[in-house]
Amino acid sequence: MQIVVDLNRCQGYAQCVFLAPRVFELHGEEALRYAPAPPDDQAERVRRAAAACPVQAILVGDRAGAESGKGAAADDR
Amino acid sequence: MTGELTQGRIVIVGASLAGLRAAETLRAEGFGGELTLVGDEPHPPYDRPPLSKQVLLGRVAAADAGLPARRPVDAHWKLGVRASGVDPVTKEVLLADGGRLPYDRLLIATGTRARPWPNPEEARLDGVLTVRTMEDAAGLAERLDAGPRRVLVIGAGFTGSEIASACRERGLAVTVAERGPAPLVGALGGTLGAFAARLQRAHGVHLRCGVTVTSLLGSGGRLTGAEFSDGTRIEADVAVVALGAVRNTEWLADSGLAAGPRGLACDAGCRAFTMYGIVTDDVFVAGDVARFPHPLFEYQMLSLEHWGNAVEQAEVAAHNMVSPGPRRRPHLAVPAFWSSQFGLNIKSVGVPTFSDQVTIAQGSVEEGRLVVVYGYRGRVTAAVSVNRAKWLEHYRRLIETAAPFPPAPGAADRPEAPRVVPSDVPDPKVLSHGPTVALTGHLPDRRLAVVRPAG
Ligand SMILES: Cc1cc2nc3c(=O)[nH]c(=O)nc-3n(C[C@H](O)[C@H](O)[C@H](O)COP(=O)(O)OP(=O)(O)OC[C@H]3O[C@@H](n4cnc5c(N)ncnc54)[C@H](O)[C@@H]3O)c2cc1C
Ligand code: SF4
Repeated sequence: MQIVVDLNRCQGYAQCVFLAPRVFELHGEEALRYAPAPPDDQAERVRRAAAACPVQAILVGDRAGAESGKGAAADDR
Repeated sequence: MTGELTQGRIVIVGASLAGLRAAETLRAEGFGGELTLVGDEPHPPYDRPPLSKQVLLGRVAAADAGLPARRPVDAHWKLGVRASGVDPVTKEVLLADGGRLPYDRLLIATGTRARPWPNPEEARLDGVLTVRTMEDAAGLAERLDAGPRRVLVIGAGFTGSEIASACRERGLAVTVAERGPAPLVGALGGTLGAFAARLQRAHGVHLRCGVTVTSLLGSGGRLTGAEFSDGTRIEADVAVVALGAVRNTEWLADSGLAAGPRGLACDAGCRAFTMYGIVTDDVFVAGDVARFPHPLFEYQMLSLEHWGNAVEQAEVAAHNMVSPGPRRRPHLAVPAFWSSQFGLNIKSVGVPTFSDQVTIAQGSVEEGRLVVVYGYRGRVTAAVSVNRAKWLEHYRRLIETAAPFPPAPGAADRPEAPRVVPSDVPDPKVLSHGPTVALTGHLPDRRLAVVRPAG
């Protein structure tokens, strides 16, 4: 699973932090940090967080370009 | 007509953020022909913003900073292959491995690369790095893990400042050297520059403005320190060169396209210009490499190094590649970007360098929470928030409607008239780092024409 947050859109509402605290966290008052390749056991929580984000800033998907046959070094999650 | 446009061969050169989002949009809009993505990096597209943030803190492995797919693109991926030219007559992309890729329509999304340290011998010293790619960030994170005694960051633009922030968060000693009067001043002007300088010092950064690093010192092939223009020296085991970006246009030198150090020029519909200023109809441009006119900013040619611009411009370019004339769209999005450093969330809408005056419309420097609004000749052209992101939407509307500057009292959180001061955007030539928004056009009454300094 791969995620990216459009941080132009993100308003720091922190719903995602509440729903998937191991993947999303706020640094300071409103700077969102997240793990771009969350572990599989977080997948369900991440999906719920993406659905709950009031500005729909979280994109969840498979890693782009996986079909190119070139994994990014040491990673093909 | 539409039928023809949704068939044929499309080649995208540059397999990063803009290239990927364009490929997805082409398929989403019904392109059923042959699609090829060429990228010189050996990886599928990945996301760069984490590379100067989470990755340097050691929280995220550089290799994990991939991008999620929006949809399958059913493309041929030519990764690890550099495009070396375009033949506009035969309509082929020339590849460095000798191959030729015929196209009906071409998208150029080759982005930028890190500006290298100007002295090649010093640049080769062990411990001298730049941060643009996954490998760069992995390498720097490893150096930081090893606990260097001091890190020198050369250039205090966004990337340099974020790197310094990561070093401080790790508790490492860091010196930041900036030729200009303050960090971020090239992108955000004097008010926020002064704020950023105080912020860095409060976080223990050894900040040196108004000096240049004249040489990097080494011994036995390893970096040992640096010398400044005022004759002083420091010791450092790691030096990160954060002098801005160079646009990847050299490969287009013989293409007949309007490509140069300021980017590849295109119209508002992302169609590339030839060197004669004639618009093409089969070559499109998107992302950091593009230079395009924006009506909100007096049709000046903008070059933006922003994540959001790469996505939005790629979507418009792809749409126009498969749409007949009357259905084509202009790329008019209001520029926007974010940065996080020293625990603060900095967000910008509009073009702060397109300004003559600023006012603090919300909060204050003392609170560490504020919105600075920028005006040019009496209208609002940009706003930057520090830990006040929720307010930006309001100012985006003011920019889009060319609302008067200073903004009406209702738009500010204080009863008295706002204090307006000059925006103090310096001439880019005095900065260490290049500005991340370059106004490359020309205004008669201000020195906004940008010639990116060579060093
Ligand atoms: C460390 C870092 C932090 C950033 N942080 C932020 C941020 O916080 N907020 C923000 O808004 N933006 C940020 N950005 C900017 C953002 O990442 C860029 O705007 C974005 O990557 C642009 O995408 P692009 O696809 O246009 O270009 P690029 O990502 O530069 O991709 C261009 C690709 O084309 C390839 N290429 C070049 N020449 C050739 C050739 N001849 N043949 C084949 N391939 C070629 C390159 O190798 C590269 O893979 C950051 C950038 C960096 C480097
Ligand atoms: S829920 Fe959405 S808006 Fe809120 S912090 Fe998460 S990504 Fe940002």
